[in-house]
This record gives sequence, C-alpha cells and structure tokens, in this order.
Amino acid sequence: MPEFREKADVCIIGAGHAGCEAALACARIGLQTVIFTVNIESIAMMPCNPHIGGSSKGHLVREIDALGGEMGKNIDKTFLQSKMLNKSKGPAVHSLRCQADKAEYSRSMRMILENQDNLTIKQTEVCELLLEDMEDMDTVSENSSADGKKCHNGQNKKIAGVKILTGGIYECKAVILCTGTYLNARCLCGEAITYTGPNGMQSSTHLSDALKKAGIVLRRFKTGTPARMDRRSIDFSKMEEQFGDERVIPFSYETDPEDVQIRQESCYLTYTNETTHDIIRANLDRSPIYAGVIEGTGPRYCPSIEDKVVKFSDKTRHQVFVEPEGRYSNEMYVDGMSSSLPEDVQLAMYRTVPGLENCKIVRNAYAIEYDCIDPGQLHLTLECKHIKGLFSAGQFNGSSGYEEAAAQGLMAGINAALEIQGREQIVLDRSQAYIGVLIDDLVTKENTEPYRMMTSRAEYRLLLRQDNADLRLRKIGYEVGLITREQYEHVCEKKKQIEKEIERLKKTVVGASGDVQEFMVSMGSSPLRTGTSLAEIICRPEFTYESVAAIDKERPHLSEAVIEQVNISIKYEGYIERQIRQVEQFKKMEKRLIPEGIQYEDISGIRIEARQKLAKHRPVSIGQASRISGVSPADISVLMVYIEQKR
Amino acid sequence: MRTDTIAAIATAFSESGIGIIRISGDDAFRIADRIFFSKKDIVRWNKEKEKTGIKKAAFQKMFFIENAKTFTLHYGYIIDGETVIDEVLISVMRAPKSYTAENVVEINCHGGILILQKIMELVIRNGARTAEPGEFTKRAFLNGRMDLSEAEAVMDLIQSKNEFALRASVDQLKGSVSSVIKELRSRIIYEIAFIESALDDPENYDTNGYGEKLYVILDQLDRKIKELISHADDGRILKEGIQTVIIGKPNAGKSSFLNELLGEEKAIVTDIAGTTRDVLEENIRLGGLSLHIIDTAGIRKTDDTIEKIGVEKARKYALEADLIIYIVDSSVDFDESDEDILEILKDKHFIVLLNKSDLNMAVTEQEIKERLCDFSDYEVIKISALQHQGMEDFEEAVKRMFFKGEITFNNEVVITSMRHKEALMEAEESISMVKQSIKAGMSEDFYSVDLMDAYAALGRIIGEELGDDLVNEIFEKFCMGK
Repeated sequence: MPEFREKADVCIIGAGHAGCEAALACARIGLQTVIFTVNIESIAMMPCNPHIGGSSKGHLVREIDALGGEMGKNIDKTFLQSKMLNKSKGPAVHSLRCQADKAEYSRSMRMILENQDNLTIKQTEVCELLLEDMEDMDTVSENSSADGKKCHNGQNKKIAGVKILTGGIYECKAVILCTGTYLNARCLCGEAITYTGPNGMQSSTHLSDALKKAGIVLRRFKTGTPARMDRRSIDFSKMEEQFGDERVIPFSYETDPEDVQIRQESCYLTYTNETTHDIIRANLDRSPIYAGVIEGTGPRYCPSIEDKVVKFSDKTRHQVFVEPEGRYSNEMYVDGMSSSLPEDVQLAMYRTVPGLENCKIVRNAYAIEYDCIDPGQLHLTLECKHIKGLFSAGQFNGSSGYEEAAAQGLMAGINAALEIQGREQIVLDRSQAYIGVLIDDLVTKENTEPYRMMTSRAEYRLLLRQDNADLRLRKIGYEVGLITREQYEHVCEKKKQIEKEIERLKKTVVGASGDVQEFMVSMGSSPLRTGTSLAEIICRPEFTYESVAAIDKERPHLSEAVIEQVNISIKYEGYIERQIRQVEQFKKMEKRLIPEGIQYEDISGIRIEARQKLAKHRPVSIGQASRISGVSPADISVLMVYIEQKR
Repeated sequence: MRTDTIAAIATAFSESGIGIIRISGDDAFRIADRIFFSKKDIVRWNKEKEKTGIKKAAFQKMFFIENAKTFTLHYGYIIDGETVIDEVLISVMRAPKSYTAENVVEINCHGGILILQKIMELVIRNGARTAEPGEFTKRAFLNGRMDLSEAEAVMDLIQSKNEFALRASVDQLKGSVSSVIKELRSRIIYEIAFIESALDDPENYDTNGYGEKLYVILDQLDRKIKELISHADDGRILKEGIQTVIIGKPNAGKSSFLNELLGEEKAIVTDIAGTTRDVLEENIRLGGLSLHIIDTAGIRKTDDTIEKIGVEKARKYALEADLIIYIVDSSVDFDESDEDILEILKDKHFIVLLNKSDLNMAVTEQEIKERLCDFSDYEVIKISALQHQGMEDFEEAVKRMFFKGEITFNNEVVITSMRHKEALMEAEESISMVKQSIKAGMSEDFYSVDLMDAYAALGRIIGEELGDDLVNEIFEKFCMGK
C-alpha cells in the first residue's frame, strides 16, 4: 500500500494563538512550514474572554508586534472597543486592552495564514512524534562546549517527523507543540462531563501518550469560562455602560492611527449580590471543584465565581462585565462569573444579577482540564532539553492567556527556524522584555497553576514599557528577519531624534526673566531662582514637555511618538537611571555562564536540596541559577567557586 | 561577581590588643579617604579650626590613601563627622597584589568592641557593605589568588560560615524583635499587593487618595524601624553580650542576687519572659561589659517531673554559657546537689558567689577552694545580696576575667548585629524613598519598587527569602475580577 509521506522544515501542532505566531514566524523566515489543527474553524479561536491586551498583556502584544508578530495587527483590524488602562498611573503600567470581535479575529488570522508563502494548513490530528537518535552525540557536546557554542548535552534524541491519525508521515527538522487546552481535555459543567476541547471542539487524545513515551513529563491544569447570553434577554438599563477611549491608540506600530478611529461597541457593568452568593453556597456540593471531581490546578488570578464567594466571603458583591462577543453576534460574555456549577444552578445564579433577571444562556459556563508539561523541561529557547528540534509554546507550557501564548509561539517559531538555519538562537532576558520575564519565570520557577503575566513580575518594568517596545526589540526582529529594513531604519531614526531632543532640552537654559517667571507662576509652579534648563523645568510635577512649549523658542517639529519618549525620559529620569543600574548588576550575573555538562551531584559543597533543583532546571547562567527557589546565595557562591576550579 | 566593596572585622573581638577592619573592592581607597585623616592633616585641620572654625567637609586634605603606594602603612585618625574615633594605622594593598586581588585597605585600630563596631559602621555608611560570610576568601579564589586545590576547602568554608551566620541571625534575634519585623513585613507586603492588584485590575480597585493613606502608614512603619535601629545600638535586638548563667541550689539567693544586680545598675535593658517558663533572661551592662544573664531553676535531686525538667534546662544553659555564676548559700552545708553542680562547672569559666556572707558561715571560702582544687578558671567572692555587699567585687571579678581573655563572647553576635542594622537602615531608606515619591506626586506604581526593597531588607534579618510572596499575597488578599 502506498504510504502518504510529505516533507517540511517545521511542523506546528495546533493553530491557536501560539501556533499561529509560530507558523507565521517560521514561514516568514523562509522555512517550509506545516500547521496542523484538529479543526480549521478553530484557527486563532478565542474560546474564553473576548479581550486582547490588558494590564501587562498589552505589553506582550506590543512586544510581539515589535518583533514582527501578527497579534497586534490582527486585533487592530478586528476590535470592537479599545481602552488604555491605568492612564492616571505611571507610563510603565499604561496598558492597552481591546474587546475583540471573536469571529472576525479568527477569520482574519486564518486569512493571513492561508495567504502566507511557505505555509501549509492541514486539518488532522497529529498522534505521534518521530524521533531518531542523535549521531556522534559525544563529540558534538565536547567540541561545542569548548568554543562556547550551544551544545546539545542531555539531548539524546532529535525530531525526525510527525505521524498523523491516518498513518501519514510528515518528515521535518523541528516540531512546535502548541496544543493549548486540547490534550486529553475534558469539560465539566456540574455533573455533566464531556471529553471535548474548548467550545465543544474535538480534543486531542493520542498525542499525550506519544509524548510520555518520548520521556516528557505531563501534568494537569484546569481553567474555566463563564456563560454566553443572548443579548436580547439582557436589560442593559440596569447596568452601567462602559465606553471605549475617545481617541484609540493602535496596538501595532504598523497600523495607521486614523484607521482605528471606528464606531466602538459598549460593555456593561453590573454586580452580584448576597442572593447570588447564597445560591452558590447552597449548591457548592454540586460543583466539580468543591466535590473533588476536578483534579487539575486552577488559576488563582481568574477565580470562578464559586471561588470568589468562598474565599472572599466578606465581599457582598463582585463586579460582572457584560461584553459583546462580536458585531454580528447576539452573544454576550459574562465576565467575572466563570463557573463549573450545573446548568440549573448557573441559570438561577445569573438571574439574580441586575439586568440578567430574564437572561437566556446560549452557552453554559464550564471548566476545562487538560494535559500540559512542566516547563522546567525546556531550555529558555523553548526547546525541549532532551529532544533536539522539539519546541513548545502556549498553554501547553503551563501559561494562560492568548497573549502569553502568542508571545511564546513567536519565540518558539523564531528559535526553531534559527536552529534549522544553523544560526544562534535568541533568548530575551528579564531586562529586555516582558516576553523574557514570562519565559524565564515559566522555565526557571516552580509554577503550580496556569501562569499569567503581571506587571509586578517584571522587576525592571520602568524600562519595559508598552510605549518603547519598538525601541527595545525592533533590532532583534530585524536581525531575525521578521522586520524589514525600512521598519528598522524608522526606529533608528526615531531613537536618534529622541536622544537629540533630550540633549537639547538639557542644554537649553532659560533665564529668570520677567515673562518666564510669569509663565512659571501661571502654571502653578514657583519662580526660577536662576537660569534653569528646560529639562529641569519639565522635571517639576507641574510641567510636561508639551506644557513648556511657551518658553521653548527653538522647539523642532517632532512626531507624537518621539515627544512621548522625550517626556518620559526626562520626567522619570531618576527612577529610570536607578533601574538601569540594577539591570547592569543583573546582566553581570546573566553573563556568567554555567558549563552545560556540569554534574551537580558532584558538588558536595552545595546543599542537597539545591543540588537537586539545579540538576532539574540546569540553568544557563549564574543569574538564572540564583532565581531557582531553594537555591541560596551561599549555594551560588559555592557553584561559582566550583566552576572556577573546573575551568 | 559583584565588584562592589565589602568590609568586615578581620580579628576576633576582645577588649585588648589590636583590631583590624578589612575593606576590599573598587572603592576601598575612596571609602578610606572619606574617614581617614593623616597625622599631618589632623594637625593642619586643628590649627585651621582654631582660626576659622572650618568643618571637616570643607577642609582640604593633603594626604590621600588613593595616592598612596602599595604596601605602605599610614598613621592617622578615623574621623566621624567632626569627631575623632580612634588613632589608627592603615595599610594599603593595591590590586592585584592583595589577599583578594582587589584594592584592599586594612585599618589597624584599638581592639575594643565598641571602637571596632563604630569604625565598621562608618565604613558601611561611606559606601561599603558588610561582607557575606566567607566572601573575602571567595573573592580571593575567584580572582585567582588561591590554588585550585583549595577549592574544596573554600566551598566548605562558604557553606559552613553561611549556615552558621544564618542560624546566628535567627537564633540570636529576640523573639519580640522577630515578631515586630514580621508584623512590619506583613503590612508592607499588603500595601504592595494592594497597589499591584489595582494596577492589574484597575476597574475593580480604586487608588484615589491612596497616596495620603499610605503616607500615614509609612510614617508608622518608619517610626518602628527607627526604634529598631536605635535598639540595635543599645543591644535590645540581639541576645547580645557574655552569655552568663546563674546556677545554684534552691534558695541559694539566685533571684535576689539578680535583683540586686538589676536594681543597683538600673541598667535593665529589657526583660524577656523566657522562651521557657522557668528561665528568666536579662540583659545588663556591667562596668562597660554587656551581660546576657539567664536565671535558672535551682538544682537539686528531685523526683518531681516538672522540677526535673527545670533542672535539665539549667544544665543545658550552663553548658552553653560563656560564664557561670555559681551561687552558694554559705549558711548551709555542702551536699550532693553541690557535687552535681561541680560536675557542670567542669571546663567552664565561673565565679563562685558565697552568698549570705553576713550570716553564720557554714561553708567558708577556704572550704570551697579545697573542693575546687581541680579547677583553675574561677574566682570566689563573698557577697550578701540582701545587705548589698560584695557587688563591686563581683563586677571587678567579671572584668578581670574578661580582660585576661578568660571569657570572651561570640564574634558572630556583633557581626549579626551590624548586618541587622544595615538591613534596617536599608529598609528605612527605601521607605523614605516611597515617601519622597508620594510627596513628588508620583503615581502608585512607583511606590511598590521601593516598598519591595524594604520588604526584602527586613526579610534578611529573619532569614526569609522573597519567593512568590507578592503573588501569593495578591491572590490571597485581593479578589481579581476580570
């Protein structure tokens, strides 16, 4: 019987937000790429909340865009409402969040994929990884550690291809696992359990066993989603209408700001009450979580309404946002009330909420359980530590959220491509990008729940702002091959203008003349004592770059983007400089590399617990080692002495 | 590795001889220059001061360690502000020819604990930080100043010194201080968690007017931390001083002796209800020495279970003591229990107090000495706690033993105390930065960075790492909505 056999460079398993970015990155860098999905309709599907962005997630989207990813561009084309969050706070925590038209978002991304050169979409289930032994393993590792290049110590297998459900084979050099919540998924709605993926999609049942056979350790996580309701059954007059920003700022650096000034849809705010909570409490025994039916670990940051009521019993009400799912759909998403209670309880509980008294549920809330890996098995490049060419990204790596998934997908795609091309792989560090923080946290720290990005996780957040992602990352995107020369030069020019303008403001001194003093007082500030630079005046709390225009005679014409950077750099200079100094310290430790072949069992000076942790995570650098929980500063000192001795 | 500048007291503490403070790192010379005046400079400064009243800061020195040749020794004074702290010799060793292969300065000063501590603090205030345990050796090794074969030994040294320091840090901390620090930390992390929750879920948590509210809280925290810092100076933070245990038979007069000691000196630093119910601990200053005194249950043969426990405790404390005060009721004959006590005294430094010496003496000094013919490091003093007699003799005896070097106390306590103070000052500094940010009208996200630093600094005192504290606090205390 003739065998179905194809060849490709990279196979991507799963076409969610991680898979899409991974596939586009590989194809755009020039590799023959195949993306597999169990259902074409589920490409870039948003099975849970209808937002892209939000606090810290907005940063991720900007970074994806700066590196040449697709998410920002796609949401700019398909959003319903846009808000810049935390506008009253410092620039580091401004975050863009959009309500997406889910169907449009998915359709638009599918079109991008379908029309991408070098990319093939295939609807089928991948059920097996084809591996082969690494040739001349020993020589590889010894030679490459000597000249400092990445070696594949510990990787004793490599990817040869994948096998699909029909028996067909795709030969390839790299595989990127982006299986999201599909692996061995089961959905729970009270007593009703279905073995499906999100949104009733077919789950993927064969791959888990294949991965286990390949030596990959899996674990089980859970998450949940609230009900969707028929818009016509909701009384919005009992809720507070929530509008988008008057002037919308696009996510992508490529989007013309004029294109996003559209008619926006509203969201609505309402609250639960004690009656709601009473119903929930009375029925907790029917909740699969509280009845112990669910074994997976759920996220604490996105608690079900049951969890909120139990854990925060002193709160008399919780916020509920009712949000549109799409312009051409009557479905409304009930944000803040995810649940796994049975259908009858759900309906009763939702109907206690003002405005939802007569609501009709289109889709029930449910919890979903799925297989994922402990990302400690990955390198910071998102490549599996013991299988060369096997990468993974997204919820499969134990994260949660579309943006977190897309960010990993992009990095896994880039690194798979670079590896195949024999180029040096890219690891963003914690001082370069939220993406760096995300991946370092996943790989280095112990996570017991789906990981979500938060600005508090980024220790250098004053430098990692959503407004400067292009300045931070465009160069890397350009070197990888996802950003055009023109785009890159544009950023270089922007950078030059910013520096020049800051320099000018520091040098331009205004004297304490009559009209200047008058201006100072009129702005509610104190008069100048002596000649003062414009930069110093902008530093005062009463001023911004824009507001000193009256006394700045030689001001050049600059773009809004440049002005924003100049203003931030000057106003927050002290704080920013402190962080830059911290980053210098941090970089020193990141640059102290640990030899890959190191045998931690042999270092008797390190405490046993720390030895085990180090052996499990196999950190790349002293800096990364110091972030592993259970490794003390003394252990790090000993490690440094040991490395020095062996050098 | 960090190339910041570290300092430590390199010699053992004692009230005699010379003490050395070692500074190593890029800034070693600059730091030394900030606090050191050569003999000639002092003379010049004093002359000018007489004429013009010039302050130290404005005075132009002639001599700088920075310009000194390597392997030279310089005579002069350590100055804190306008005050001379000590007359010293400073040796200069330029990188790479020094123990650590970095720039090294050694301040040879007078060996008193107080002076060493003062100079050390001055060095820290001027830009060094207290070295981690074993850090000089580690630097020496990493900078290639030691043979590779010594790596094993270096690694062992680092680990054991660190473990010891960590234990010392936590063990020596008074229970009450530890709980104050925990309380401070829990308040700080709560505020950070609130700020971060509000940033994460701005539609759910409102920060209107939060700055002012936080400012009030910070004022309270600031006061507490300042209090702790001042306590660090007068020894109220650590179980500091010569570990002194009072033992004796029941009714020998142990408690009245202690009361006498405390009453006369009026220098009670604190009284802690002991970790155990039957032991009382006090800190006193006696003729310039600091004593951590533990009063134990009377020792006697007993079948009473509870009393037995008390006796066992007394024994345990006595074994760990630097100095034992053995109180003998001179009006009562020696018996089996005294024999037991003599067992405990073996290899220990002790003072025998013949109490109730105003009464008819059943046991004489001579008799005691005969019984103690196997012992050497002790003194016998007659006192009457009730009649306030013999206390001066006791004080003199303690001092004599200390200065002879017969009793010392643990170096680690002083080092720990300095580390704690450094951490407290760091926390204070961070809190004041937050206050500045609030005053300058900065938004909430600027507060949490410095608050986190304060939290981390306080954590070092009680030996706690950061871990996922913040994320846990956020999820535990704040309900995330959307």
